[in-house]
Amino acid sequence: MEEPLLCFRNISKSYYGNKVLTNINFDVKKGEIHALIGENGAGKSTLMNILFGMPVIHSTGGFDGEILIDGQKADIRSPHAAMQAGIGMVHQEFMLIPQYTIAENIKLNRETTSPNIISKFLGKRLETVDTAKMNADARRALDTLDMDIEAYTTVAGLPVGHLEFIEIAREIDKSDIKILVFDEPTAVLTESEAQHLLAAIKRLAGMGIGIIFISHRLDEIVSVADRVTILRDGELVATKDIEQTNAAEIASMMIGRKVSIERNSETKRNISGETELLVEGLHVAMPGERVRGVSFEVKKGEIVGIGGLAGQGKLGIANGIMGTYPSKGHVVFHGKELKLNDPLAAVSSGLAFVSEDRKGAGLLLSESIELNIAFTAMQTRGMFMTKVLGMGFRNDSAIRKHALGMIKELDIRCESPQQRAGSLSGGNQQKVCVARALTLEPTFLFVSEPTRGIDIGAKKLILDLLLKLNEELGMTIVMTSSELAELRSICDRIIIICEGNIGGVLPPDASDAEFGLMMSGSREKRAERSCA
Amino acid sequence: MMNNMLAPEAAKTSGHPAAQWLLNNIVTLIFIAFTLFGFFISDNVTLPFFLSELSSRVFRNSFLVLSLIIPVLAGLGLNFGIVIGAMSGQIAVSIVRYFDGGGVSGLLYAFAIAFFVAALCGYLTGLLYNKTRGQEMIASLIVGYFANGIYQFLFLFVVGVIIAVPATHPMIKPDGIGVRMTVDLVPLKAGGLKYALDDMCTMPFVYALLLMAVCIFIFTAARWIINNRRGESYKNSRGQAAANLLLGGAIAAVSLHAIITDSQLMMVRRVPVVTGLMITALCIFTSLITKTKLGQDFRSTGFSQNVSRVSGIDVDRTRIIATVISTVLASWGQIIYLQNMGTLNTYNAHTQIGMFSVASLLVGGASTSKANVKNAIFGTILFNSMFIMSPEIGQSLFGQALLGEYFRTFMVYGVIGLALGLYVWKAAKDAERASMTE
Repeated sequence: MEEPLLCFRNISKSYYGNKVLTNINFDVKKGEIHALIGENGAGKSTLMNILFGMPVIHSTGGFDGEILIDGQKADIRSPHAAMQAGIGMVHQEFMLIPQYTIAENIKLNRETTSPNIISKFLGKRLETVDTAKMNADARRALDTLDMDIEAYTTVAGLPVGHLEFIEIAREIDKSDIKILVFDEPTAVLTESEAQHLLAAIKRLAGMGIGIIFISHRLDEIVSVADRVTILRDGELVATKDIEQTNAAEIASMMIGRKVSIERNSETKRNISGETELLVEGLHVAMPGERVRGVSFEVKKGEIVGIGGLAGQGKLGIANGIMGTYPSKGHVVFHGKELKLNDPLAAVSSGLAFVSEDRKGAGLLLSESIELNIAFTAMQTRGMFMTKVLGMGFRNDSAIRKHALGMIKELDIRCESPQQRAGSLSGGNQQKVCVARALTLEPTFLFVSEPTRGIDIGAKKLILDLLLKLNEELGMTIVMTSSELAELRSICDRIIIICEGNIGGVLPPDASDAEFGLMMSGSREKRAERSCA
Repeated sequence: MMNNMLAPEAAKTSGHPAAQWLLNNIVTLIFIAFTLFGFFISDNVTLPFFLSELSSRVFRNSFLVLSLIIPVLAGLGLNFGIVIGAMSGQIAVSIVRYFDGGGVSGLLYAFAIAFFVAALCGYLTGLLYNKTRGQEMIASLIVGYFANGIYQFLFLFVVGVIIAVPATHPMIKPDGIGVRMTVDLVPLKAGGLKYALDDMCTMPFVYALLLMAVCIFIFTAARWIINNRRGESYKNSRGQAAANLLLGGAIAAVSLHAIITDSQLMMVRRVPVVTGLMITALCIFTSLITKTKLGQDFRSTGFSQNVSRVSGIDVDRTRIIATVISTVLASWGQIIYLQNMGTLNTYNAHTQIGMFSVASLLVGGASTSKANVKNAIFGTILFNSMFIMSPEIGQSLFGQALLGEYFRTFMVYGVIGLALGLYVWKAAKDAERASMTE
């Protein structure tokens, strides 16, 4: 058998005792398109950071195992070394300078220069940049990719699809590029642009370049890759030839949890037929979590989960409705049209929001627990305020009384209500956020990523708390979370968001494969068609 | 393009092109209007007086203003830290003056000493800027005040107490400790530094104008031809070339008319040729360095430090180089400034340099992220016109020249504030628009 171009041998990596990669072994052959797939946090980016010798790896104690290139052990300790070893990357975020021309971007820090009088005395850095030659080189790289655009066009204002190709052109312009990594290359492209790109990737593989193709779009992987490696929770699940597998199998391998979902079937739940919240054509311009026209409705007393991969827009929905990011569309709450882009209107209509950004938008970290609990209610409802001569003063005793009640109710573990919120553990901080939302006496609660950064024991407590609020107070809850298992444990139904739209709605007991396919934006049928 | 969500709102914010243009050039327009207004209402300003004043101020200050360009290109913003360069220049001038140096040799000594002092200071400020990333401008302002403290310590205390100096030296205060408030730099004829550069060679103002016009013609034609020959004809802009030729033509016409009719323009003070050549050389240096690898790195770093770092450019080092170049140029600029003034105002000469130079550059249409030679020269001319006119306006409008002085201060700080505020406002607008249309 032919010598593989790139081998990962027993790669393990831990951050501060936290194991993120365990014994990863796979290889990439010459001219092969090797797909890498896994949920967020499965270890894909850590693996690529290792391949590129990123400082983040080496400043946290390096990694175990070794990387072989052409059968030789490669010691890649910096991105520069990776570049010299012939490894290139097409970044998910474009590493382009918009003010520069295409040629200048392709040749960034590899500019062609020619000597002049001054540079003979003062060194190479003062050589004249030879734009004509740079344009010619760039032209060649662009031709390889079938791009008929002038190399001296300024990048700013070009369509996103072009930017992707300029990034690729930069990599192939580097001499002897051997391995090219594509990180979610089609995530920002339109259908036709994506087709064009995939064709180009195939052509590059045909030139003998080994390609690592990271994507969550299963149908793309099935149609373009030769082999696929699936990572889950830092472990390698399998490497398969694409002919011997299909989208459904990949999806279930990607999601498959060892832990079973525990779910109390006995319910004192009271779901009425009445629609409490109606969302129509909601667009939210939240950077990195863009929502592109979502419509759904929530019945009174329901717990609805919103799931999906990171960056697909699930977090944007609650933020858009609550007015923290610019949005448009129609939201009807309790039969009344809700004014968008106005956080005060949202809060005073009876909606409450526990933000995913606990430290940034959720808590005043250096203030006391009691003030954190009372803060929003004071601002928006004038609660806990005494009027003296027309000026509002803080009513400390009322705040204390309320805070003590909440601390007892939610079992917030703290020394006193005056303790700084920042000194609490993650789970207790989350409870303070919930307490604050409850202080508004809402009938409807948005909770985003309630268990992010919280240890397992505390997770359970938070989820139980949400369930209790729903059962005892009849509160309607919309919970957004990246952790499918936790959505499946308490939600009545789960809306999966994919590429800013609703991918579909699933009951919590649907199969792993169904969830996996839907999160990857491929319907079962479409995926089967593409592998046929 | 990907998806036009929220696009209608975005379209509303962009506004009419004419309004856009007005907004982009508001600072420049205010100054032009102000100067014209001054001419209009004051009758004791004659054209020859105005032009004499203006030309001597422009020759005095241009070098300092030009020293600001490279840090702007490298993304450091407006380098108020050039006051440190100015102090280095003053240290050099003081040393030369102390040893009674003068003439061309004295000047060369001053340039050489200033080079080393300023390079060291520039390196240190560069290190500071790398630590205060994102806040370089405010850091540069504060480090200037801090350096002023060290400078005063040096000139008021170290000279005399630690370094023994004779109390009889004309530079030293009568008690033998510290340097005097004002130090006479001794005219060139008496072997001093005063006008040492300016008086090397002078020529009549109108001839200088004519020469300038010829230079503009040659420059425009040469650039056009070179671009064509290199196969980069896309770089040629007909509009730009036409504007240049028109400007050159106008200047040539005015000067020829003055020469032929022997008009009052012939009464304008003679201009210093060598100083002019140095300024021209710096203009050429500044534009040529952007065409080198180093200049390309300046620009890359200026546009995006992150992308540059990922591409392997040593961002920190590039920024330090930019700061060093700027500081050294400013120190030389201060020497040119001082030899023209003829006296060294030991504790005051440098304090306003940063503000005035920055204001000049902004008036010329530059911003914290964009500046070129044209902005610097045009801005220096406009800013100094305002300087000359403001006492006159105070006199004519309020009967008090002093009010014009206040007005002058108001204009300097107002223009910096306005330009910076507008810049931030526009950047925020653009960012918002980008997030809406993406």
